[in-house]
Amino acid sequence: MESIYWPTFFFWLFSLISCSFAVGVLLARNIVRMAFYLVLALAATAGLFFLAGADFVGAMQLMIYVGGTLVLLIFGVMLTSQERFIEMKTSSGEWVVALLLGGMLLGILLQAAMAVPAWQGMDRAAAEATKVEKTATPLGMGLLGVRVDQLDEQDESRRKGMSGYLFHFEIVSVHLLVVLVGAAYLARAKRKRGRDELAGTGSNAT
Amino acid sequence: MAHFLLELTLFDIHICPWPWLAYAIVGLIHVALILNLVAVSALVFIWLERKISGRIQDRLGPTRVGGKFGWLQTLADGLKLLTKEDLMPAGADGMLFRIAPYISFCASIAAFIAIPFAGGAYPWIVQHLNTGVFFVLAVLGLEVFGVILAGYSSASKWSLFGAMREAAQVVTYEVPLGMCVVVPVLIAGSMDMVVIGDRQAGWFTNWIVFHDPFTFITTCVFFTCAMASVNRAPFDLAEAESELVAGFHTEYSGLRWSFFFMAEYGSMFSVSILASILFFGGWHGPVPITSLLGLGGESGSVGWGLAQALGLANVLFKGVVGVCLMIWVRWTLPRLRIDQVMTTCLKYCTPIAAAMFLGATFWHYNLPDKNFFGLTNLPDAVYEISEGWEISEGWDRASGDEENLGDQIASDQITSDNVGGRR
Repeated sequence: MESIYWPTFFFWLFSLISCSFAVGVLLARNIVRMAFYLVLALAATAGLFFLAGADFVGAMQLMIYVGGTLVLLIFGVMLTSQERFIEMKTSSGEWVVALLLGGMLLGILLQAAMAVPAWQGMDRAAAEATKVEKTATPLGMGLLGVRVDQLDEQDESRRKGMSGYLFHFEIVSVHLLVVLVGAAYLARAKRKRGRDELAGTGSNAT
Repeated sequence: MAHFLLELTLFDIHICPWPWLAYAIVGLIHVALILNLVAVSALVFIWLERKISGRIQDRLGPTRVGGKFGWLQTLADGLKLLTKEDLMPAGADGMLFRIAPYISFCASIAAFIAIPFAGGAYPWIVQHLNTGVFFVLAVLGLEVFGVILAGYSSASKWSLFGAMREAAQVVTYEVPLGMCVVVPVLIAGSMDMVVIGDRQAGWFTNWIVFHDPFTFITTCVFFTCAMASVNRAPFDLAEAESELVAGFHTEYSGLRWSFFFMAEYGSMFSVSILASILFFGGWHGPVPITSLLGLGGESGSVGWGLAQALGLANVLFKGVVGVCLMIWVRWTLPRLRIDQVMTTCLKYCTPIAAAMFLGATFWHYNLPDKNFFGLTNLPDAVYEISEGWEISEGWDRASGDEENLGDQIASDQITSDNVGGRR
């Protein structure tokens, strides 16, 4: 048991869970079961983030992706009230195209992941010596425009370029606000005047 | 709590020949403690609910089982549930039907992973997460999955209606709930629940609920939304028995049904504890008994253990008070209609929470060192406790320009390595 490096063990465990439920999403026929397997696959991915010490990203994964699949699940439940959606069959042609595309994408991603030297795994002694750092506060400071991790940078000019992500953060925030307002506009109760106008145009056409 | 247990001689990773065994045992101890907490508290709360509802309705409630006060009533109920036939409707989706109660129960228990029961440099907590509040909120939102799966897989109209109501309700109420949680995070300057709890050390005047008028209203909104998000009356539309038989668990019987019940009581308790830590001082009582008695000191000493145990009792007591409040509300107010539930959230809770968030921000920006509606000063002890944990305390003290702030951050990070290094 001494020779087992436990973080590696748990990494394989979580990735196995995640991958097998991802395959389950493909093989399932019922749309609600698919959504359920998707939830489990994404939750296992959150486990991987927690294992890496990225608490914030892990909780984000739980809240946004796993929570977002909830809405998918609701749509699934609402759509499957019709008979023809309860069992979904995939034709063999679709299987071939999907496997081809998915396999190519997987190949490119794998090659890219292996090609970067900084992403190569370190040996066990180095891994055990690495200290887990708390990342939430540096992340938050980075979004507010202060890159805490760049403070040791000796070169003054480089430090200026690393001034954080406040601008990007604001752009994303405004974008989301626009989306929210748009959604509220689309979902609003239609006013009576609008209906009368529609009726008016309809009578003109006839 | 993991570091503390690992530092006991029994589990000392330097002495113990099998460190993995020490970690496994420590992990199992945590799991056992939390499972017991949820299960035993569910037993007590079910009895308490029967008793309190009886008194509110001018009855006695259970009186016979177990001698006085009928205190063994829940155990008798549990035995009855165990012996009930386990039914599944013919048209049900078997796998989802079987797994749904466990999902609700797991989500309800998982929230306790990140909840601290006593603070300080070595808090009593299963996993000291840097973003504990966020994690608890995320996990509490997952409980609805079990409900939706149960509603869908039961192949029953009532169940499906209940599940869809629950889904709409939980998704909606997460918005004001999140906004309310941001306020104590903002005042403490951290999402770490240990830091938020220790920010309120001392007398009850330091509690965040009394920080300013805005936080006081925020607390009320938080409690309303928390009650709605754990699906308690007057917001229990998902199991409205007058319209939907029993809502999402219409088709469940026996032990599977009791898992839903345990999940509901578990999340009631976790939400109450969350409220007590965020707004009501957590392990710091209305009166600072531990510091008045001079308890505390070195971590691992007897005085420290007593102080932590008192803190634990304090948190649990506040949690029980919160649950009692929920029971009281349930047996006092009539159930809302589904449109009234939505109106309460979208037209009242959300705007109020947003306004209170802005108000609290404004107040905290102008009076950063004040407590108790701006009447008292923040005691120095708060800084001593939280120093070295979060660099955000440096924000208040740094004189403002970025270079100075950077130095402050750097020096604080060094102390955090010394004090709060996570294992």
